[in-house]
Amino acid sequence: MADEQAQAEPGPRPILPILKLQPKPHLEGVKCGSCGALFLDVKRVACSKCGTPGKLTPVPLSDKGKVWVFSVVHQSFPGIKTPYVTAIVDLPEGISVKSNLVDVDPEELQKNPQKAFGMPVELVVNPVAKDRQGNEVMAFQFRPSKN
Amino acid sequence: MRNVYVLGTGMIKFGRYPEKTVPELGAEAALIALNDAGITIKDVEMFASGNLYQANAMVGQRILQQIGQTGIPVVNVANACATGSTALREAYMGVASGMYDVTMAVGVEQMGKQGLLGGGGGGTDPAYSTEGRLGSGLMPAVFGQAGVEHMRKYGTKLEHFARISVKSHKHATKNPFSQYRNEVSLEDVMNARMVAFPNTLYMCCPTGDGAAAAILVSEDKLRQLAGGRKRPKIAASVLTSDPYTDRDLTLPDVSTLTRRAAQKAYEMAGLGPKDVSLTELHDCFATAELVHYENLGLCGDGEAAKFIEEGGGQHPGLGGKSPVNVSGGLLSKGHPLGATGVANVCEVVWHLTEDERAKDRLVPNAKVGLAHVIGLGSACTINILTI
Repeated sequence: MADEQAQAEPGPRPILPILKLQPKPHLEGVKCGSCGALFLDVKRVACSKCGTPGKLTPVPLSDKGKVWVFSVVHQSFPGIKTPYVTAIVDLPEGISVKSNLVDVDPEELQKNPQKAFGMPVELVVNPVAKDRQGNEVMAFQFRPSKN
Repeated sequence: MRNVYVLGTGMIKFGRYPEKTVPELGAEAALIALNDAGITIKDVEMFASGNLYQANAMVGQRILQQIGQTGIPVVNVANACATGSTALREAYMGVASGMYDVTMAVGVEQMGKQGLLGGGGGGTDPAYSTEGRLGSGLMPAVFGQAGVEHMRKYGTKLEHFARISVKSHKHATKNPFSQYRNEVSLEDVMNARMVAFPNTLYMCCPTGDGAAAAILVSEDKLRQLAGGRKRPKIAASVLTSDPYTDRDLTLPDVSTLTRRAAQKAYEMAGLGPKDVSLTELHDCFATAELVHYENLGLCGDGEAAKFIEEGGGQHPGLGGKSPVNVSGGLLSKGHPLGATGVANVCEVVWHLTEDERAKDRLVPNAKVGLAHVIGLGSACTINILTI
């Protein structure tokens, strides 16, 4: 990833290669051509479900999903603002993604966890830091669906 | 495969030993185990050493450099939190295969006040760190989610997890080898600082230092060395890794590999969960203990909350049944990663042999004990011992 950055034009960078910023922000996984299993990787040697090597092709993933489970993190490393909600989101393609759940009240979710279960959410992308070259680093989160 | 017996065990009190080195801690436990077995290092034919944080530093050889360099084969094992139990399994296989008659396993770790484990990522530029930006990989949150998953499926409440912590803290008051020996009330646990929902402070295990050791022997050697003492048999020793499951790569699945290990271990031992007199399971968090009640078959799926309400997991001396973590568990006894999987086998052995070291907390008439460990990433070990 460092080499790509060195060669590319200055500008926003995804925090992980699975986040594509163009044409509009979305996640991209890979799909096994043999058994159909999906993975959140850009590169992968083989399918860990069926073991077939080399038959993995990129697939764009939906920007909408549903919350499976979550936790509210109150203690973290220095510099990380707490509390925040970490969530496992199931996408309609049959793959799950982990990220922060934003625009929700962490205290409320702790009191009524069932409010989060199955909650329809959508992908949002925000800058979270600047890298050593001064490029904005873009991360993705999920928020309750607006439509 | 040959029968394998535990001839001797050794353990130092878990806690913090900043003035000592990792090999020193391991050597202390090894000497206690050798003494308990009534043999010397010269009798040991193979040695498996479990340590995680100095996995590249030849801890096993450095232990022998403290207690006796006999030139025997040494393997250094690292397998996350299952490091110690994987070392024990290496020693077990050495005897079971017929290659050796006497082997030794030592698990040792020095963590100090390390704080939170897990998280990280991002390579060399912290701007690309994912922790707290793409969710959390911190252990309290990862195991918190496993608890929330149980809430989602079965309506389990925070109080159920909290009651596990109350139970294990109470157990620890009877264990002089435990890092913490204080009782906590249900209110204390539920009102304690939240670390990662639903795990409050007292539902999270501490970090610390510790070491434990076991000497394993063949049946012939047992007759020769035991001097009439009854020694437990390792009726099953199983190791599994995480199989592919739909969410495993984002939400580590600690249940499926435990269920597979339990099924194989019960088969190998020719026993079932109903036969188990006591269980030492991997309660790195209270949420983990609750899901493992079901994973190990101590109760049916979705019945963990009811199991707890009916005194399940509590020492029979406290009016409970199916005792779990009578040592105090990782929550109180502590969790020096590499030592854990050997220490929980020591605990089981002590109950089966009515050892002095467990005299204040003996499970009466214990005949079968189960020791379970999960290392995230993932590895699961289950050892079933019988007498």
